[in-house]
Amino acid sequence: MPQILVEGLSKTFRIAERKAGLLGAFGGLIRRQYRSVDALRDVSFSIAEGELVGYIGPNGAGKSTTIKILSGILVPSTGRCEVNGRIPWKQRREHVASIGVVFGQRTQLWWDLPVIESFDLLRDIYRVPSSVYERRRDELIEMLDLNRLLDTPVRQLSLGQRVRCDIAAALLHEPKILFLDEPTIGLDAVSQLNVRAFIKQLSREQKVTVLLTTHDLDDIEALCDRILVLSDGRLLMDGSIGDLRQRYGDGRYVAIELESFTTVTPEHENLVVERSESHILFSVESDVPSFIDDVLGHYPVKDLLITHPPIERVVATMYEAEKIER
Amino acid sequence: MDGLVTAFTRSYAAVVVARFRMLLQYRAAALAGIATQIFWGCIKLMVLGAFYAVAVTTPPMTFTAIVAYVWLGQVLIGLLPWNHDPELQELFTSGGVAYELLRPLDLYWFWFARTLAYRTAPTLLRMVPGIVFAALILPLIGLPEWALPAPASMNHGLMFALSFVVTVMLSCAITILITISMFWLIEARGLSTFMYGVVPVFSGMIVPLPLFPEWMQPFLQWQPFRGLCDVPFRIYSGDIPLTMASQEIALQFAWTTILILFGYGLITRARTRLVVQGG
Repeated sequence: MPQILVEGLSKTFRIAERKAGLLGAFGGLIRRQYRSVDALRDVSFSIAEGELVGYIGPNGAGKSTTIKILSGILVPSTGRCEVNGRIPWKQRREHVASIGVVFGQRTQLWWDLPVIESFDLLRDIYRVPSSVYERRRDELIEMLDLNRLLDTPVRQLSLGQRVRCDIAAALLHEPKILFLDEPTIGLDAVSQLNVRAFIKQLSREQKVTVLLTTHDLDDIEALCDRILVLSDGRLLMDGSIGDLRQRYGDGRYVAIELESFTTVTPEHENLVVERSESHILFSVESDVPSFIDDVLGHYPVKDLLITHPPIERVVATMYEAEKIER
Repeated sequence: MDGLVTAFTRSYAAVVVARFRMLLQYRAAALAGIATQIFWGCIKLMVLGAFYAVAVTTPPMTFTAIVAYVWLGQVLIGLLPWNHDPELQELFTSGGVAYELLRPLDLYWFWFARTLAYRTAPTLLRMVPGIVFAALILPLIGLPEWALPAPASMNHGLMFALSFVVTVMLSCAITILITISMFWLIEARGLSTFMYGVVPVFSGMIVPLPLFPEWMQPFLQWQPFRGLCDVPFRIYSGDIPLTMASQEIALQFAWTTILILFGYGLITRARTRLVVQGG
């Protein structure tokens, strides 16, 4: 039995709509028009204990909706969902005591209280025994480097500091499952690396199951062995980053540095991704070796680099391909 | 089992204490509030005093009972459920409700705990200076007949205390209904404005209920808002005799229970149709 099981999950929201303008506003008072939005359509996946899974998709794809159903906040329209053998929205209280959730865009700390008092309050709310709490708290303070922030009211923290505190707050009751909804959004490079390193450590050393939504594909590349790709409420892919590349970005990027400025030959023109005075970047779909031969024959090459296409590119290709299919 | 119950109440108590402490910070607002309330108390007493001076029939309440009624009302005005916790309002407009549901707490009692703090903390802050003025300063400056009297007797005092506890619960039960309405309305300002008109009148805060016309009395007697002011205040002054007090408190308690059950039912229904704002 997997730790998280989702089968045929769908969620339809009914949204009140009103036509633009004054007339529309009055119309809405008399008769409301509703529009159905399918946030999730028949989504199925399962996650085993200790996995670190990335959940990606464009805005409005249904990522947050999934997280909210998995954490017992929303009730799905149809489908089955079990976490630790419990149905999240039916056994909400037992369920939420065993998971940790961080919404990167919101804080769960008390705005006016110093961080440490928020932690103490969470201890009482989650009924964590004092001895367990103290050990856990000190461990998290150490791992996330919170020592100097503890007496600061939350409203005075910078975003990076706040997110670190929020992550600690979500873990005080030692959940074995952690849902992270865009934990690195808006963070500077250093904070982002810190958060990433912590998630990795948590997953590796404490075997916490992590489901992470993000728009930052570097997060995914650095952290996740497995990704779920969602678009328009449908699950497009469930596999490793390697699978994703194979399906949507199997080619290579070939970057060359030139001895001197040279024009691109006509047969290579449609392969150019970027070019500057001294550099050209090609995207090559097939037969990379003969392309390299070609390049070396045609241009005064000073240096040459072959890489995978950046993951952003791959995902963009996938979203595009999906749009065309429908 | 006993330990479980203690642990359970501990989490709600922690919520009350945290919010309570936070609200105690608003000292300037409390001072301004109490100044206004003392002012209004004086005005009300002067108006009612003028009516009593020219009354042709015997009024339904003694003037001492009126004085107690007015001062208790002014001092405890913060308990009136005519507004709701802005912090909870904020949760609805910002989508923070999501985090509320992540707590291993019963949503109704969780919010009840917060509401309890919201109702009692500011009231406590205003109560102390208000009582000092009404009960101690007024006699000192030579106006003992306008001062807040002691309870009619020791037993009246005890019954008042009991009734007052129910009043606090009743007030929270009504306040939380305003909060729950936000599941449907998102904004509770409209409902609050409505309550602003209804609650002070039907609780007796504006004019003591026994002074209303005879034909209105049967209605006034049975409606729930009466438990907010009229019942405890009149027990205090002895206007409701001790023999009737337990019956009155029972009615007050019945309304509280009904409104709590109603709110509980609503919140359970609202859960299934929840849409979290902002993704």
